[in-house]
Amino acid sequence: MLIPNQASGRRVGLLLLSVWVLLVSFISSVAFGQYAVPLSSVWQSVWHYDPHSIDHVILHTIRLSRAVVATVVGAALAVSGVLMQTLTRNPLASPAIFGVNAGAVFFIVLFTQCFAVSALSDYLWIAFLGAALAGALVYGLGSMGHDGLSPVRMVLAGAAITAMFVAFTQGLLVIGQEGLDSVLFWIAGSVSGRELESVLPVIPYVALGLGVALWLSPHINILLSGDDIAKGLGQNTVLLKVALSILIIGLAGASVAMAGNIGFIGLVIPHMARAWVGHDHKWLLPLSALWGASLLLLSDLISRFVWLPQEVPIGVITALIGTPFFIYLARKGHQHG
Amino acid sequence: MAKQWVVRQRGWSFSVARSALVSLAWLALITLLVVLASLMSGDTLFSPTALRDAVFAPADSPERFIVETLRLPRTLMAAMVGAALALSGLILQSMIRNPLASPDIIGITSGASAAAVAFLSFFVGWGMAWLPWFAMVGAAIAAWAIYALAWCQGVTPMRLILVGIGVSAAMGAVTTLLISMSSTATSITAYIWLTGSVYGADWQDVYALVPWLLTGVILSACLARRINAQELGDSLATGLGVSVQRLRLVLLGVSVLLAAPAVAYAGAVGFVGLIAPHIARRLVSRSFALLLPATVMIGANLMMLADLMGRTLFQPLDIPAGVFVSAIGAPFFIYLLYRQRF
Repeated sequence: MLIPNQASGRRVGLLLLSVWVLLVSFISSVAFGQYAVPLSSVWQSVWHYDPHSIDHVILHTIRLSRAVVATVVGAALAVSGVLMQTLTRNPLASPAIFGVNAGAVFFIVLFTQCFAVSALSDYLWIAFLGAALAGALVYGLGSMGHDGLSPVRMVLAGAAITAMFVAFTQGLLVIGQEGLDSVLFWIAGSVSGRELESVLPVIPYVALGLGVALWLSPHINILLSGDDIAKGLGQNTVLLKVALSILIIGLAGASVAMAGNIGFIGLVIPHMARAWVGHDHKWLLPLSALWGASLLLLSDLISRFVWLPQEVPIGVITALIGTPFFIYLARKGHQHG
Repeated sequence: MAKQWVVRQRGWSFSVARSALVSLAWLALITLLVVLASLMSGDTLFSPTALRDAVFAPADSPERFIVETLRLPRTLMAAMVGAALALSGLILQSMIRNPLASPDIIGITSGASAAAVAFLSFFVGWGMAWLPWFAMVGAAIAAWAIYALAWCQGVTPMRLILVGIGVSAAMGAVTTLLISMSSTATSITAYIWLTGSVYGADWQDVYALVPWLLTGVILSACLARRINAQELGDSLATGLGVSVQRLRLVLLGVSVLLAAPAVAYAGAVGFVGLIAPHIARRLVSRSFALLLPATVMIGANLMMLADLMGRTLFQPLDIPAGVFVSAIGAPFFIYLLYRQRF
């Protein structure tokens, strides 16, 4: 693999282009909004931060943390979507469809209402618990039939589990109406309202997850060719699957803890990336992470301008982008089924 | 072998196991008891004799007012909403041949929810009487969208349900958008509506819902034979002379006809349509004609019990019935899936 051939040259080019797109999205996300900040001032605020300049204060307190959250969450969701689609061999798999997000949301609402938990670091573990429970339920229910994992059965089980957790969340919110308003916006998914200081400790975990996923990519490629072949090649498939499940749930849970229920990034991005670089996870994973981050940054940018003067929850934007895609996939995959 | 009773007429025949009839009779008895319990309990508790006295009390006595104007319409409403949603779920499960289908999963309920929340956010000035109509139109539009988007030289059950989940997600996004954009008071009203409650039901609502429920029940009873054939698979059903594609459209129509008014009057109650048919299948055989009454009664009981719990357990709070439907329904649903290994 050390000898660069034409195909990998093209991929390197694509990767560099994606990095550039991400940078542009990041800077636009920082600069544009209802209060537009000139680019020169963005540049200045990085090198010569002036606490008396309104531009600089807005950039540092509001815009920067938003952009960072969107980048991290987008990357985490996209990678967890790739891994989920690979693990379940289901093109429709994604954290939102399979109820993982709903489970995490329910647990966070439960703990905030009953035990007054509010620190992001606590959210992280609670979201992880909820995501793990929902993921285990869906995987268990979806794979228990006579013919093993069936894609449609898993999607259905996911929809039912989502319905269950959403109903529980609604029940909790109706009973204790005090925090309804603040929780609602967060349930709909939002990258705003988090301080940079509270987000920064989460980033190493997500980065670790992405790194481990990338490190596992040769093994994931082998798993993709089927359990039997993977076992025949000496792979410990059970161990790998457990590792992948932990990664999926960890990444999805962390993104719910940071930004609430943002759906469909994990569904759309892996398909787009696969169309460009194929099934090699060594390329697929980084590309998905970059594109997921860019898409979420751009969705966040859109969400600031759609419904002036208010801001639309970003989860709504991604859902409205993602559902046509989901329906397209469903039609394509079941033309004859 | 259970003893069978066979009715033969010219043109049709019907055989029924005696055990199924016994189950149905038990269900009817339980339904009656739940209705009585629901009438007796509340803020003021009535003993059975007090309830009888209240019914025959003079028209202006407070006891009669409580029973006749407050509790009876609410109980009937709960029963009818439960029955309609349960039957709608049974029809969808038979049509899609999958035990996980139900109006709230494939997007009919979420269409009604989106329309109802849109009403609460923008058109509430027209008066609350318009809310049910908005919800029904929303459900119909969602069902039409599901059918149209799943159409590709005919509709297959799998495409229908996957597209339904997609449409449901889109409608959910619209609902969330509207709720988070509107004022706090509106969003709380909308949220309670979304949970589902028969709070404050009056006789007018009951009269409005009866025709829809009756039409739905009669239509599905007439279609029972074809539904049974359809469940055997497309090729077998076609061989038996059933026009599968047309039947699917009709069945989707009937399930909307049942679910939409129920959701319109009681809000987005979930899980009744999902679990009532499962319970019915364990009690009676898989023939649609027997499943129908069993499902209807189980759905009615579930909803009445949920409402009863909602207004008695946490007095003076009146918890929306939808919370308890989910609280009973969801764990039960998981248990069913575990046992059934569908």
